[in-house]
Amino acid sequence: MTTLGAIFYVLAGITLTATALAITRRQPVHAVIYLIVSFFSLAPIFYLLGAPFLALLEIIIYAGAIMVLFLFIIMMLRLPPAGQAPGRFARQWLPALILASISLAITVWIFLSDPAGQAPLAPALASPLAFGRFLFKTYWYPVELASVLLLAALVGALYLGRRDPPADQEGEKT
Amino acid sequence: MIVPYSHVLVLAGVLFLMGAAGAIARRNVFLILIGVEIMLNAAGLALVGASLHWGRPDGQAFVIFIMAVAAAEVAVGLALIVHCHRRTGSVNADDYRLLKG
Repeated sequence: MTTLGAIFYVLAGITLTATALAITRRQPVHAVIYLIVSFFSLAPIFYLLGAPFLALLEIIIYAGAIMVLFLFIIMMLRLPPAGQAPGRFARQWLPALILASISLAITVWIFLSDPAGQAPLAPALASPLAFGRFLFKTYWYPVELASVLLLAALVGALYLGRRDPPADQEGEKT
Repeated sequence: MIVPYSHVLVLAGVLFLMGAAGAIARRNVFLILIGVEIMLNAAGLALVGASLHWGRPDGQAFVIFIMAVAAAEVAVGLALIVHCHRRTGSVNADDYRLLKG
């Protein structure tokens, strides 16, 4: 095993542990914190796989923006502490675990039995400059569509987040 | 040489199913949204691995769009959570039964 391979497996272990802890936490804040750990260890994996720009975006957008947004909303709503709910395991976790482990077994079996996937990946690096040129030459149209999507999400979030009462008065005036 | 492509795919598959299990098993809408985030992230990891495997940057370009979709989804999802919390005073998905007659 090469050095890069060893680093990959260590980071994969951290990512899986942090994600497993994140989905089993009862408090949303704890889940978000563990998820940030998971994203921070996933970013170097992106770098190892030749995507330094995406590694940075992973930290800036996911860990920086999205998770902070989660924390803001969780703190804004001032939720009561989550209580212990009896009988939840058999009713909720058991079906999820059974379905997930069946899918997992099949997935792992398919991926590991495919001989085409056994060849080790050669290290490569897509520089941000080359990647940006490729993105805006080949996929300029989807980039514009993504900006429209973000605008729609912005308008939708503003609409959903507004206060309710004035709506009726405006409706009477017009 | 880093690792075989199949190991990257197995890591992405395990992450995806962890997110799916979390989204299925949870009742708190925040934790459901977090499960969806984990799934989107796992798809991004698979695409980055595929991009390296075939030596083409298309996979990385798709991850950019996945990130845009994830950001939009989180913004609208959290706004919906705030909206529903104002209406029902709860973030438990079982309590959202306003449409029930």
